[in-house]
Parts: sequence; C-alpha cells; structure tokens
Amino acid sequence: MAGGIERKVINTTHGPDAPHGDFTRVGQRARKIDGIGKATGEAVYTDDIVLPGMLHAKTLRSPHAHAKILSIDTSRALALAGVHAVVVGSEMPVKYGVIPWTPDENALATDKVRFIGDEVAAVAAIDEDTANAALALIDVEYELLEPFFDPHKSLVQSEPQIHETDARGQPYKKGNISKNVLLEFGEVDAAIDGAAHVVEDDYVFHGTAHAPIEPHCAVARFGSDGVLTLWSSTQIPHYVHRALARVLEMPAHRIRVIQPHLGGAFGGKSDPFSLEFCVCKLAMKSKRPVKMLYTREETFYTHRGRHPMEMHFRTACDAEGRVTGVDSKILIDGGSYSSFGLVTTYYSGQLLTGPCHFPTYRFDSTRVFTNKPPCGPKRGHGSVQPRFALEIQLDRLATKVGLDPIEFRRRNLQAENSQTVNGQTITSNGYLECLDVVEEASGWKDKRGKLPFGRGVGMAGSMYISGTNYAVYPNDMPQAGILVKLDRSGLAQVYTGTSDIGQGSSSVMATLVAEELGLRLDQVRVIAADTDLTPVDLGAYSSRITLMAGNASVDAGRKLRKQVQAAVGEHFDIPPQQVMLAEGFAFDREDGERRITSQQAFELTETKFETLAATGSYNTPDRGGDYRGGTIGASPAYSFTAHAAEVSVDTETGEIKIEKFWVAHDCGRAISPVQVEGQIEGSTYMGAAEVVLESHDVYSDESHVEAGLHRRPSLLEYTIPTSLDTPEIDARIVESIDPEGPYGAKEAGEGPLHGSIPAVANAIYDACGIWLTELPFSPGKVLAALRAKQGETSAPSPNGKASADTSVEAIRARLAAAKKGKS
Amino acid sequence: MLRLPTFTYESPATIDEVLALLADNPGRARLVAGGTDLLPNMKHGIEEADIVVSLSRLPGLSALAELPDGGVSIGAMMTLETLASHPTVRARYPSLAQAVGLVAGPHHRRMGTLGGNVCLNTRCVYINQTHFWRESLGYCLKKDGSACHVVKGGKRCVAAASNDSAPVLMTLGARLVLTSQARGERIVGIDDFFQRDGVQNKVLEADEMLLRVELPAPAAGLHGAYMKLRVRDSIDFPRLSVAVAFALRDGAVHDLAIVVSALAAVPQRMRNVTELAEGRAPDEGLFEEIGAACFGQCHPLSNIDGDATYRREMVPVYVKRALRAAIEGGVSS
Ligand SMILES: Cc1cc2nc3c(=O)[nH]c(=O)nc-3n(C[C@H](O)[C@H](O)[C@H](O)COP(=O)(O)OP(=O)(O)OC[C@H]3O[C@@H](n4cnc5c(N)ncnc54)[C@H](O)[C@@H]3O)c2cc1C
Ligand code: SF4
Repeated sequence: MAGGIERKVINTTHGPDAPHGDFTRVGQRARKIDGIGKATGEAVYTDDIVLPGMLHAKTLRSPHAHAKILSIDTSRALALAGVHAVVVGSEMPVKYGVIPWTPDENALATDKVRFIGDEVAAVAAIDEDTANAALALIDVEYELLEPFFDPHKSLVQSEPQIHETDARGQPYKKGNISKNVLLEFGEVDAAIDGAAHVVEDDYVFHGTAHAPIEPHCAVARFGSDGVLTLWSSTQIPHYVHRALARVLEMPAHRIRVIQPHLGGAFGGKSDPFSLEFCVCKLAMKSKRPVKMLYTREETFYTHRGRHPMEMHFRTACDAEGRVTGVDSKILIDGGSYSSFGLVTTYYSGQLLTGPCHFPTYRFDSTRVFTNKPPCGPKRGHGSVQPRFALEIQLDRLATKVGLDPIEFRRRNLQAENSQTVNGQTITSNGYLECLDVVEEASGWKDKRGKLPFGRGVGMAGSMYISGTNYAVYPNDMPQAGILVKLDRSGLAQVYTGTSDIGQGSSSVMATLVAEELGLRLDQVRVIAADTDLTPVDLGAYSSRITLMAGNASVDAGRKLRKQVQAAVGEHFDIPPQQVMLAEGFAFDREDGERRITSQQAFELTETKFETLAATGSYNTPDRGGDYRGGTIGASPAYSFTAHAAEVSVDTETGEIKIEKFWVAHDCGRAISPVQVEGQIEGSTYMGAAEVVLESHDVYSDESHVEAGLHRRPSLLEYTIPTSLDTPEIDARIVESIDPEGPYGAKEAGEGPLHGSIPAVANAIYDACGIWLTELPFSPGKVLAALRAKQGETSAPSPNGKASADTSVEAIRARLAAAKKGKS
Repeated sequence: MLRLPTFTYESPATIDEVLALLADNPGRARLVAGGTDLLPNMKHGIEEADIVVSLSRLPGLSALAELPDGGVSIGAMMTLETLASHPTVRARYPSLAQAVGLVAGPHHRRMGTLGGNVCLNTRCVYINQTHFWRESLGYCLKKDGSACHVVKGGKRCVAAASNDSAPVLMTLGARLVLTSQARGERIVGIDDFFQRDGVQNKVLEADEMLLRVELPAPAAGLHGAYMKLRVRDSIDFPRLSVAVAFALRDGAVHDLAIVVSALAAVPQRMRNVTELAEGRAPDEGLFEEIGAACFGQCHPLSNIDGDATYRREMVPVYVKRALRAAIEGGVSS
C-alpha cells in the first residue's frame, strides 16, 4: 500500500511484569469507569442527542423478498408539509461492504431489493409521524423475482441471481454462492477411514440475533464549515468513517464520526449501515441535523446475526482416544448480502483447530445468498456453530472409547508454544487448568454418569482469537494507536479510537495507563471513539481491543513514565529507575518517605520535557499459515475455555432446564477480574439462550404467502432470557500470562460463549442418553428423540388423523412409557 | 420506537360520562384501563380509535366487595398485581390469584387490570405485527383483509384467546356485570361472554363497559389450579393454558370443571370430564383418563407461536399437572 515504505514492526509486546514490582491497578476488583453513569441514566446515548433544528428520518423498506425496482416516485412525499428531504438509492450509487473484497451493499436499493425489509428510500421531516406519513406517499413499482429461502436451492440454482455483479462491477460468476473455502491439511481420509473409532453426524445451528437493548441510531450534522459529523451507535467508527467517504464521495478529512455510549452491540453494529449514510445525505440535502432511530423490528431486518449452518462432521480417534482426523462440510445461509461472510466462511473451519489437537483436518464450507436479512458476525463469529458440532463429536468419541470426556480432552491437547494443523501459532494455553477447575468446581466426578435419569452433567472446550492478525483492509499501519496527554492538574487523558460497547474497553485502557503512571483510576479520563480526537483503532470486533489497544496503551504510558521518572529522579537526585510511581505518588524506591504527588511529578516533568503527551502503537507479529487464507484466523494469542453444565430434562414435557454452569476461562492476565467475570457470565448467558430460547427465523416455505417474513421481529416473540430464565453461572478465571498481550492479557469477550452450547448437549446425553444435534433444543425435539430412543414410532400426527393417538389407551401407554423412562 | 397514532384522550370522572362518550361516538371510542394491550395494538394498527377514554379516574372500580351470597365482586379496574396478592382472593379463589400472577411481567401486572385482562384482544402470529409486516403479508380478515392465514380458505378468524384470567373465571362460574347508556346494567355468565369469532370474541357491545366480575361463594372443599405453557418464566403469553376446579368431599371429586385456552378464539370448556370424575377418588388413574379425554377435545392451531402438535401433546400433561397441583395446594379456605 504505502509503496516503497517498509512496515515498521511496532512493539509487539511489553512483557508480563508490573512496571514497579507489584501491580497496583491491574487485577484489582474495580468498577467500570462509566458504570455509575449508565446506571443513573447520566450516560448519553445516540438517541439522547438533540440538536437545534434537528429533523427526524424514517426508512421505506421493501415488502418483497426479491424484486426489481422499476421506478420510485417521491414527489407526493416531498409535497407533504413538514417534509424537508427525501433520498433514494440513485443518489448514493457507490457500493460498500465492511470487507473490501465484497462491496455489495447500497445505502438504499438502486435497482433491486433482496429481502423483506431491504432499504428503499428515506425521508427527513419535522417529526417522526410526518416522516412516517411521507413514506406512505412514496410510490415504488416492483417486478417480482423468484425468491430463495432454502440455502440448498441457492447452492444449485443460479437464476435469478441475487447479486448480478461482483466487486469490480463485472457479472458475478458464482450464481448464488457467496463464498466457498476448501482447505485440507494432511491425509484426512486415510486418517479417518483407518481409525479405531469414527463418528459421523449432521448438525444444524439455527439463526440467532444480537438483540442489543439499544436499537441502531444515527444523528448527522453538516456544518457551515463543510464538516460532516455523524454520531452513531456503531462499534467500528473507523470503518464507518471510510465507508462514508467512499459512498458520499467526500474527502475523509471533512468527515467526523463519533460513537456515544452504546447500549450493547455483540457484533450487530460492526457493519456500516443504511441509516448512517441516509442521515448524512439527508442532513446535506436539508441543511439541518437529522436523526434516525430504528424500531425494534428494523433491528431484526438490519440483523447481521449468527449464520444458520448445516454441518456434516466426521471425526475419528485411535483405540486410546487420540483424535486422528476431523472432516467437515458446512452449508452456510448468508442471507442477502456479504457483510463479513467471506471471513465467516473461513472462520467456520479455521478457528476449530484447538484446544483439541487434530493431526489431519479438512473443511469445505460454502456460504450462499438467500432472500433473508443478511447474516454477519455475532459474538464468537463463525466458530460457535462448528464448535457445537465438534464438541459433541468429541464426547461421542469419548463415549465410544470409554473415556471420561474431560480425560479425552486432556489426551488431545493442542499444547502451548505449538503450531496447529492449519498453521496457527499457539502461545500460552491454560486449557488444562481450565479443565481441572471445572472438573473440581462442578463436582464432576461425583455426578457424571451418576445422577438420576433426567439429570446430567456435560462439558465442552473451546478456543478463540484475541484479535485478527490483519486488518480487514490490507495496510501496514498500526492496528491500534493511542494518545496519552499528561496535564499539570495531575490528570492523564487517554485518547483512544476503541469502541466501548459495554464490554468495558475504556476501563481497560484507563487501568493500563494508570498502572504505567502510578495513578488512581479517578486520575485518568478516557476520550474514546471520536475520529477527530482519537488516533485510529480498528474497532470493537474479533476480541481485539484488550490485546491490541492495550499494548498501545502500555506503549504510550511507558514512554511517559520514563519521562516522569527522569524528571523526578533529577529532583530527588536519584537514578530514574529508582523512582517508583504508584497510587498517585512518585516515591524514592529506597526511601518511601521521600515522595511527591503525581501532580507535582507532572509539573517537574513538564518543566523538563515541555508539553507532555505520547502516542502508543501496536501492530501484530507475522502469523498464520503459508497458504491462501492462512492468515484468516491468525491471532497473536488465543484464549481457552472449559464449560461444564448441569441440566435437568423433563421427560414428560421435553423441557430442558439448565441448572448451572461452571466456566473456567483462560484470559491470559485479568486486567480487570470483575470485567472478565462479567464477560464470562454474559457470554455463557447468551449461549444458553441460543440453546433453548432464541431463534431468528424467517418463514421459508415458498408456497406460503408468509414466505420471507421474519417470524418474530419483536422482543415479545424473540425470547431473550429474563432473569428467571438465566441459570446460575460460576465464572472462574485462569491466568496463563501470554507473551503477546499487555502484561500477559488475552481476550475474554467471545471465547466463553462457545462451549456453553455443546456442554448442554453433552449434559443432555448424560441425563437421558440422547444426542441432540439440531438447535434450538425445543421440547418437541427432545420428546421425539426420547421416543426414538425408546423405540417408539407412533407420535401423535400433526393433523390429528391418527385417531389411535387420541384414545385413552394410547395416552395411557405413552404416559406409562414416559414414567418408566423417568424412574 | 413504534409511534402511537393520534387520538383524543378523555379521562372522565363518572361512569355516566364514560358511557356517554361511548354512545356518542359509536365504534370510534375505545376504553383504556392499564393500556398494556390496547396501546401495543394501536401501535401495530390493529386497533383504531379517534377517542381513547381512560377509566383511571373512575371511583370505586378497583375494590373488592363481599356479596350477600358469600361470593365476592371485584372491580374491573383492580390491577393484576393487587388481585394476585389480595388476601381474600388468595384464600378463597387461589387459582385466580395464581393465574393473574402469571400474566406478563411485573410491570404489566402493575399497570394491567382485571377488566383489561377479561377483555383482552385475541392473538395471532399474523396479526400482532406491525403495519409494515401485515401489509407485506397481505392483510387478514381480523383487520383490513378478507383471508385467514391460519386456516387457509377459512372464513372465520381463529385468533387465540390468550388471557390468563378467563379459563380460571370459567371454572369458578364468574358473572360479568356490564353496563351501557342505552340498556343499563346486565349480567352475563362468563361462558356466554365469549364467542367464536377471533375478530371480536366477546359479546361486549361497542357502547358497553365491564363494571365488575362477580364470583359465587366457593363450594365446600373447592380445589383449583392453573397451568400455563410458555417459553420463559415471565412476560410470555400462554401457548396453552389449563384451569381446573372441583370440590373434594369425603375423598371424592365433585363438579370437576376444566377449561383449556390459547387454542382458538374462545376458552374451551372440556366436555364429559365432570361425569367422568364425579364421585371418584383423585388418583393418577383418574387424572390420566381425564387427560386423555381433554386431549381428544383440543385441537390447537398454528395461530400462535409454538408447534401446534406439541401444544396438543401437552394438553393431557398440563391437565394432569393442574389436577395434581389442585390437590396439593389449591384449596379454598
Ligand atoms: C409484553 C406483554 C406480555 C403480556 N403477557 C400476557 C400474559 O401472559 N397473559 C395475559 O393474559 N396478558 C398478557 N398481556 C396483556 C395485558 O398486559 C394483560 O392482559 C392486562 O391484563 C390487560 O389489562 P389492561 O388494563 O392493561 O388492558 P387495556 O390495554 O387497558 O385494555 C385491554 C382491552 O380491554 C378493554 N377494556 C379494558 N377495561 C375495560 C372495561 N372495564 N370494560 C370494557 N372494556 C375494557 C380495552 O378497551 C381494550 O380493548 C401482555 C402484554 C404485554 C405487552
Ligand atoms: S386467525 Fe386468521 S384472520 Fe385471525 S388474525 Fe390470524 S390470520 Fe388473521
């Protein structure tokens, strides 16, 4: 990119040790710096922003799943009193996409619509009611096209094509296939076919949504100085900044993107979205600030949630229980646009090669387009689904070999300081300790195989990246940059491009800088995610911030610490390294009585070095396999998790109750243990909800009029768990101290989701001897599996035709069988 | 957020004024109590009103009064939260307290009223959706259209009665006191209050309001219970609901009443179960027979979320569990 200029390798690591003997801030159980403000309602979210003269905007959406747009007439809408501007797709013709190789989205549809809810036009008016009324006055003529709801159909049928052109505007050659990846490592077939034990099954992972409590919202102002400012509930301000420049065809330096407080994201706010472009364009047209807030229903259309996957898995091991090979074939339903889909397709295979070691491996993953809301990254992007399949396969193999599932996993460890079969570098690995912790905490040895029928324990393991080694657009600049300014008042101000989406990244930055400079947390203030004020950071995705921006923070803090030590050393007349910074003071290490406050220390430092500020940067080490796609899934460090779950199965109703989870997570070093525990709990809670409660589902039977409609685009029907539905979670931290992370830290935000789902499946097997392979585990499926196991064939038929089923005898027999099963 | 349509809001202080507003604006005025059903439905465009008449200022409608026959009268404006914790109700009609305590979530029960619950609109996966959604689908005959998406080719709306109070009130033999300007007060037995039409499943006229719900004195040894199938332990409407009541005297079951709801537009009173159980001991054998009898009478439709086959299979399970719960705990004192 930067032709002729060599990439500077920037301080990849700072070592695991505290800057001054013991840690003073790192590892403390501190509150999040913005926690109280959020709890009291003081925190400002995007929808709280009100600007003078601000208009309200609404989006017109397609009522058809697949159609050509023949014409759009906005004249009646424009004529409505109170309407200030209308925008349509032809005014923003440049396509974009978060992955630069697959730009297939328009801010508003230009020539066709691809799902029910696709954006067609937007209106800005004096209030929302007027904007809504104007939408009804926009006349759109459609020509209906045959829709695709079944991914199998998209696989084989290429006409009509959902996307006609590729990134270069040339005819798209792959029909309705979005991406295919086939990678093979070693002689898989030989390793599996000749093995002592082989398991082979089909697994289904359904779609799920992020359901953040804050719906998407954006506010734009086009100032008289020619600067366009966008406030948006995004988790990737930098990529939004770039996308705005591209689509609005405006120089990037005239655009400013600010991310206010965020009410959750979970990956659902990591694409540039239609509303962001629309409020900008409408603000430019109307010369007024413009706000758009999505309804809950619209967030389900915007989606980018977990991809539904159909997965065929074969896994084999030798007689001693050593895995010999893993082979998978995966069909991924991508919905209507690419989003992160290229990466998802790779991740569905690339992220699976630990903590269980595979000597041979093949995956063949295909993502297809369908006429449904676009899928994207949800917490644990791409790998939660195959992890579900794999961890059940491992348990099945353990059962065949006659090994305890935990023992089986110990035997197959992908050890620390090793290379996985697909060429990823594992640095630290605390998985064995995670296994020990959950085994002990759950009382595993007293429970596994020993609980009464209907109750059981199960476990699963997983691994996840701490950031991706390469930015989504190729460049050799730092992945994370930070600026720390020291003030005469004794304050350190941290300017970071990172997005605190509730995961607590700003608190992590504050903690790291406070540690380096010996400050209390109240002496550090964080200014985050404002492209005018803060250095570039790539955003809150792939669990990258703690490791990457954390290293940058330590880098900047350390530069300033050296200056402060030098100035204070001169003042005390001692060598700089004898100066210790802690708890808001600068001490003489040899004589604790000799101390001055940080404020005094900063004054001395400013006197000596002039105005005080330092930047910090981080870039990744070279990583990844030496083959096409080998860098996707490469990360500087990997986190590891073990889950144990205890469940009870009501064999009469088929209902599953998750009684408790025990989770041990290796996060490297816990910069903030409270936050790590919070992430473990939040991830596990989210995974548990995907097992039994949540389903992002589109009516898919083409012969029905409802085909293409989202089944439940509301929080009444899309059932996220309430506190009553949340199992108890015992979160344990394992610290492996990684050489790559800041003071040894890795990730905690996504890894602890993965195992929660297969652990429940494996516990259900322990409870009642059935392997459930199709999510969600609805009670009906549980009953069907229980019956299949009992060799029963006659389930009541849906249309009530089987009259025998309604007889008292049949019911009695059924109930008796159920009762027998229970005892 | 979804927007409420614009309307005029009236909040009269007397019942006469309320009735006058209804009479003067035929079909264009709607009553609002807690608003937890009406307002979401108005946001979805499935209920419309030019005038919304609040009952919140009416005096005396949120109280419970003893009746001369030993029964009670409960004002339509009593909140579900109050009702669920009311000592008299908990003592004499525990299944009612239990059922209304299972309505929605705590916030809804604080706002929602008994009257609003009894008069709850029916529900259907194809109707409780936004205007955009329903327009994309094509309207149905409950609102703005002529076809039913549940029963293809059907001419009658089969949206589900989803109120938790109704099945219990039916097992308790409740009477509803209605009033209107034109016809004055009338008393309707709760079984006659509901009718087989999901568009309007109540005989309540457009100019009429519900004043109170009257319950007869509990029979000696009355046992009752309510069971609700749902996905979460809070908030969710029933996917299937079962209310049972019977008198247990000298170890024998008398006057068994069972009502199953969340099936179609009307809560369904189970036939033959009274005869089947009369005078018999409340044991598992009896419960299974009764469960089987109910199973044969219940045919859930795909009108609400949750697999219809599964909901049907749960009929006997829930009936049995309700009977057991009634034996164990649900006794009137
Ligand atoms: C998220 C959610 C979950 C819910 N879950 C449940 C559930 O599990 N079970 C359940 O039963 N309900 C549920 N509800 C519905 C509702 O909360 C309750 O039924 C509540 O009791 C309604 O009472 P209300 O006073 O709020 O009714 P309102 O909304 O005020 O009125 C409801 C209807 O009754 C009419 N009405 C009210 N009072 C009178 C009167 N005195 N005379 C004549 N007509 C009257 C109104 O005109 C309106 O048509 C839920 C609602 C929500 C939003
Ligand atoms: S049952 Fe039929 S008519 Fe009634 S609301 Fe549902 S789809 Fe509409």
